[in-house]
Amino acid sequence: MTGRRTVVTGIGVVAPGGATRDRFWKSITEGRTATRRITFFDPTPFRSRIAAECDFDPDAAGITLAERQRADRYVQFALACSAEAVADSGLALTDAVRERAGVVLGTAVGGTMALEKEFVRVSDSGRRWLVDHTLGGPYLYQALIPSSLAADVACRHGLHGPAQVVSTGCTSGIDAIGYAHQLIADGEADVVLAGAADSPISPVTVASFDAIQATSPDNDDPEHASRPFDADRHGFVLAEGAAVLVLEEAGHARRRSAHVYCEVAGYAGRSNGFHMTGLRPDGVEMALAISDALRQARVAPGDVSYISAHGSGTRQNDRHETAAFKRALGPAAYRVPISSIKSMVGHSLGAIGSIEMAACALAIEYGVVPPTANWATRDPECDLDYVPNEARELPVDVALSVGSGFGGFQSAMLFRRLAATL
Amino acid sequence: MTARAVVTGVGVVAPSGVGADAHWATVVAGTRRTGPITLFDPASYPTRIAGEVADFDPAGYVDARQRVQTDRWTHLGFAATRLALADAGLPEQAPDPCGWAVTLASSSGGNLFGQRELQRLWGGPTRTVGAYQSIAWFYAASVGQLSIHHQFKGPSGVLVAEAAGGLDSLAHAVRTVRRGTPVVIAGATECPLSPYALACQLRSGLLSDVADPELAYRPFDVAASGYVPAEGGAVFVVEELGHALARGARIYGEVTGWAATHDAAPTDPHAGPDPTHYARALRLALTRAGVRPHDVDMVWPDALGMPAHDRAEAAALRAVFGDRTPPVTTQKPLTGRAHQGGSALDAATALLAFRHNLLPASAGPEQPAEGCELGFLRAPRRPRSRIALVGARGFDGFNSALVLRGAAPPPPTD
Repeated sequence: MTGRRTVVTGIGVVAPGGATRDRFWKSITEGRTATRRITFFDPTPFRSRIAAECDFDPDAAGITLAERQRADRYVQFALACSAEAVADSGLALTDAVRERAGVVLGTAVGGTMALEKEFVRVSDSGRRWLVDHTLGGPYLYQALIPSSLAADVACRHGLHGPAQVVSTGCTSGIDAIGYAHQLIADGEADVVLAGAADSPISPVTVASFDAIQATSPDNDDPEHASRPFDADRHGFVLAEGAAVLVLEEAGHARRRSAHVYCEVAGYAGRSNGFHMTGLRPDGVEMALAISDALRQARVAPGDVSYISAHGSGTRQNDRHETAAFKRALGPAAYRVPISSIKSMVGHSLGAIGSIEMAACALAIEYGVVPPTANWATRDPECDLDYVPNEARELPVDVALSVGSGFGGFQSAMLFRRLAATL
Repeated sequence: MTARAVVTGVGVVAPSGVGADAHWATVVAGTRRTGPITLFDPASYPTRIAGEVADFDPAGYVDARQRVQTDRWTHLGFAATRLALADAGLPEQAPDPCGWAVTLASSSGGNLFGQRELQRLWGGPTRTVGAYQSIAWFYAASVGQLSIHHQFKGPSGVLVAEAAGGLDSLAHAVRTVRRGTPVVIAGATECPLSPYALACQLRSGLLSDVADPELAYRPFDVAASGYVPAEGGAVFVVEELGHALARGARIYGEVTGWAATHDAAPTDPHAGPDPTHYARALRLALTRAGVRPHDVDMVWPDALGMPAHDRAEAAALRAVFGDRTPPVTTQKPLTGRAHQGGSALDAATALLAFRHNLLPASAGPEQPAEGCELGFLRAPRRPRSRIALVGARGFDGFNSALVLRGAAPPPPTD
């Protein structure tokens, strides 16, 4: 809007199957699935007993003792990702930089894991409505308010710019990067650590999705349970994870000769105004979001090199999304490679949007698009190129990613390889 | 980038009243509306008083099906949104769905609903929750429901910056208007009043345990002892100026400046924060609005009510304004502190003050604490420059500021 452009100069990822950026990328481009029977608690009473869990070692990730005491698991993920992203960017956090550096992070369910654990204690396993507050841990307030996510990352790096948590459910990860992009475009910040984190693998979340049969009940074959776009798909597989990007004003990055992965070329959101969990099969609002993002970037539908799909693996989502791609891109929808990494890393609610944006940036960087794993049987309603089972080498100049979530939120974001002239 | 955003509708659902008129009457009268908690039996907790929206009947605002699917926090949001739309003279259903959006702040989601379902899961005979837990507890529940009910299909958002986010939602509404969405619903309502949510808040170390409602929440006073929690808040219709003028809307004022900064340090209840970054947010908002500090008519402070934090806020105001601050007024002691809803409510009070052409007196302090001797407005007076600065701070380091420029006063009617 003011000629200020946003570029990505650093990436940090904690994902199932890979607790660092490089391991994550290796794992998904090898087509490995990280879904398994839940190990965090005994899942026997539940309908869906599978999830994609992170093998996260707080020590290896450099989480301090004080941070471990304060911060719920999802915040620790974000701390790890932010440190990895800052190191990757090579950005020196001087006093001047820190004053205009912000933090914008998404989360769908925030401190649910800590809140549930503490609830069991203070309520005597659900026996007391009037809970015993004296039994609560010292950081219980931080668990209640998801703003802790942005606060703790700002504290870790000493960042004094705008800090915000964006919590639009399952599009949070795209929307947080979008919000950060707007802060940079409008001159409110020069650098923003932007991304999302969620660690929802907890009985209450599992029970919530059981109640509406949104998650896959394929408990006997967890490794193949997440089956986006496959005719034999039965719901999504719950997951956890995080990704944080260093977003930087393009001139700021250029002046320090930073390595630039790509630019944030377009971002748009629409709501379907239809249903909290249901999707109309026509995909109209998602298509509108995609078209708006393309318009901002001045990119024609035929110039999209890769689409990172929402691809949750529910019956309705994959059909809805396929229709949206056709509506927004026209005949080009049949030519562009589309994949869902949720087939491998599951659906980490608010976090996954940022993890998928990280994958888009890495796809542009390395010229490889990750596959949709577990794809075996064609669904007549999902008839596009979903990059089945094996990664594909191809130059990626423009990557589109979309998200869709409870509440009817539809978001689209476009990353583009930066022209050498900028 | 030149699009201007004005507020054309205010919907208040707060302890001070349901509807902007009821709220304003409470503010002008200086009536305290906090009292013993009735939403549950608070006897076993050190904090037993709160600001509740008395006699709130969701049935007047939310249909039966939506009521059972949503938390009280969402009911309050429905009511505030409908009141704001009616106040703005806008229809309940967006005539141009993609041109209307909703961005609210929410710092703790559907607490009463969530606690009931947690209790069912852990204490009930089966390990299950109800079908609506997945859509009622999470932070985006109210915005999702509102977008569906009112057909707001534009770019929506849900922001969390603890108590500061109510102001951030107005700032984000302006960003959204400037990017081509002419009508944006903004603001916040909260309902952090379930037994478990209160237990969580007690761990912040900021809640007052003074039993007498008259004396419990006294920001900037020698007797400051923490804050009294509250529910409710305010929702606004933020509209592109040309859109508002074209339909002959009554304009409250313009959102002309905003800023957010972070302390990068966690909150210590007993040691005040470094005021540097809060002062910087206030200054940045004024600069963005093109306003010189001495042109500010009135300041609505965060008013946390913890001695060290009140002193730090006073120091931040002095850093911006020098020793002679503009008049300062707070009505938070009347309602309690409704987190993000509370900062939205302060913005509503500021806009109503310009509408009624009256800056309301501050509800305290009776005896300012040392270091907190600010120019508290002791008696109402007419606005002059019609520029308000609203400040808000959120737990663990969030600072936000908003500059509102009031429209010219309406001609006297009676």
